[in-house]
Amino acid sequence: MGLEEYKGVYVFAQQVDNELSGIAFELLGKAKELAGDLNTDVTAVLIGSGVKGLADQLAEYGADKVIVVDDPELKEYRTEPYAHALSSVINEYKPEIVLVGATAIGRDLGPRVSARVATGLTADCTVLEIGDFPLNPIPGQEQKHNQLLMTRPAFGGNTIATIACPDNRPQMATVRPGVMQKREPVAGAKAEVIDYNPGFTPDHKYVEIVDIVKELSDTVDIMDAKILVSGGRGVGSPENFKILEDLAAAIGGTVSCSRAVVDSGWKPKELQVGQTGKTVRPNVYFAIGISGAIQHTAGMEESDIIVAINKDSNAPIFDVADYGIVGDLNKIVPKLTEELKKVVK
Amino acid sequence: MKIVVCVKQVPDTKGGVKFNPDGTLDRGAMLAIMNPDDKAGLEAALRLKDEYGAEVTVLTMGLPKAEEVLREAMAMGADKGILVTDRVLGGADTWATSTTLAGALRNLEYDLIITGRQAIDGDTAQVGPQISEHLDLPVISYAKDIKIEGDSVVVERQYDDRYHVLKAKMPCLVTALSELNEPRYMTPGGIFDAYDAEITVWGRNDLKDVDDANLGLNGSPTKIAKASDKVRKGAGEKVELDADESVAYIMGKLKEKHVI
Repeated sequence: MGLEEYKGVYVFAQQVDNELSGIAFELLGKAKELAGDLNTDVTAVLIGSGVKGLADQLAEYGADKVIVVDDPELKEYRTEPYAHALSSVINEYKPEIVLVGATAIGRDLGPRVSARVATGLTADCTVLEIGDFPLNPIPGQEQKHNQLLMTRPAFGGNTIATIACPDNRPQMATVRPGVMQKREPVAGAKAEVIDYNPGFTPDHKYVEIVDIVKELSDTVDIMDAKILVSGGRGVGSPENFKILEDLAAAIGGTVSCSRAVVDSGWKPKELQVGQTGKTVRPNVYFAIGISGAIQHTAGMEESDIIVAINKDSNAPIFDVADYGIVGDLNKIVPKLTEELKKVVK
Repeated sequence: MKIVVCVKQVPDTKGGVKFNPDGTLDRGAMLAIMNPDDKAGLEAALRLKDEYGAEVTVLTMGLPKAEEVLREAMAMGADKGILVTDRVLGGADTWATSTTLAGALRNLEYDLIITGRQAIDGDTAQVGPQISEHLDLPVISYAKDIKIEGDSVVVERQYDDRYHVLKAKMPCLVTALSELNEPRYMTPGGIFDAYDAEITVWGRNDLKDVDDANLGLNGSPTKIAKASDKVRKGAGEKVELDADESVAYIMGKLKEKHVI
């Protein structure tokens, strides 16, 4: 079958406990742009048990079609039935592009599916666009148009690479949460809903779920915060994070931190920003006592406004900060909190 | 029980990176270490060996110098080391890498295959699940605890806000998180023995049931269009003021940008 027979941009619409994950909407936002460039439409693939009711929400965020694979075997995420569901959809409907969230689910599902349908998969993309491969004409090599060009950081964020998948379909990419922008939802939008069930027969590849342990936390997800007050090793001690918490309270923000802070056991992993933590893009990011290793900045440099406070004037955080203040955080932060309290009600 | 641990020699990314003209990584030019997640996987295998008794084989694919990580693994307690190296295997993406490793694994007996979740050079987390697909095995990714119960493996599988306790019949493939454990050090005796130990070296022709079309740079579905050093966001303003002036400066900027 020719590659040109593969049509449409598909998104794996991740849901957990029958609630759509934010990444599903973010991927739909990007898929809509790509589909516009390719003059095609956007299909969300919704996999689960009793999930059909979520289709309207996907339509509001940009899905033209929703393929629903609904089966009791799909109640909880397990690699094999989900991989069977998604790869069956790919084999049946033949999309040209499939986007999957680079979540703890998608980074397991994506590779398994890509291997099953024998195509390439590019992980953790930060930029997706339509273009030519090779980028510039090379004598003796066909230049293919309308290719998905997938840009991603590699080597601990030291480099970026742009990758294409010119000879296999679909072109598959995973994208980390927080990287793409969701669209404004269109209330009342409807998608064409297609039920599809490839049949699920448990075999040796189905694993048994013995127990599910939810790790409930009362902290706000730092990826949803509009203002982050982030601390690094320079804060000095877990107790001293109090001055950051006060600042966050005064300005209506949330506290996050660098890897060094998590590694030292001062804060839990879920508050960690960076390559091995979460990617955030708040309106304002305060980097306080954070040196700004590339591993950290990879997770926050898309923030609208970055304010850095650090006593080391050579700290690399100042290379990405919009407003850098060389000084003692212990003197500046409490005073800033007091000033903010006067103006923010 | 027989356990195969797949390990990768990776450039220590703290030292900066270098490229070949074709955009692939110049691995020969950088400091090399055993990938941290793989090392946690190896440690998990060695603990299973300590507890239940097992033969632990370490398998790697890479340049001839990748035998260094096999010797390190053997100095930690692994029993055998196999290096898959061949010029035709170079430049492989995750598909071609997993095809290669699956071709090597088909020559081996195993109850459990352990890989690291991801390598610090590529950060893709793809090769483990892809190997399991090629070998038609169940996979459990992101393991933070691994136990054996009879003919099954019981694993705590980490998700964003929960973990699942999963049970799979062996043979099975598990990918390990570096949070799984604190890898042991090499012992002096182990280092001495590992230095003399024989490493099995396999080339393209030793791989079982693999097609040349799925190997190396040419067999990689993903192609590098462009690779470059990261262009960082430009620096903004930087000021050095006393505390009161600093606060006034920040307040001014927050007002100017309508944050407050």
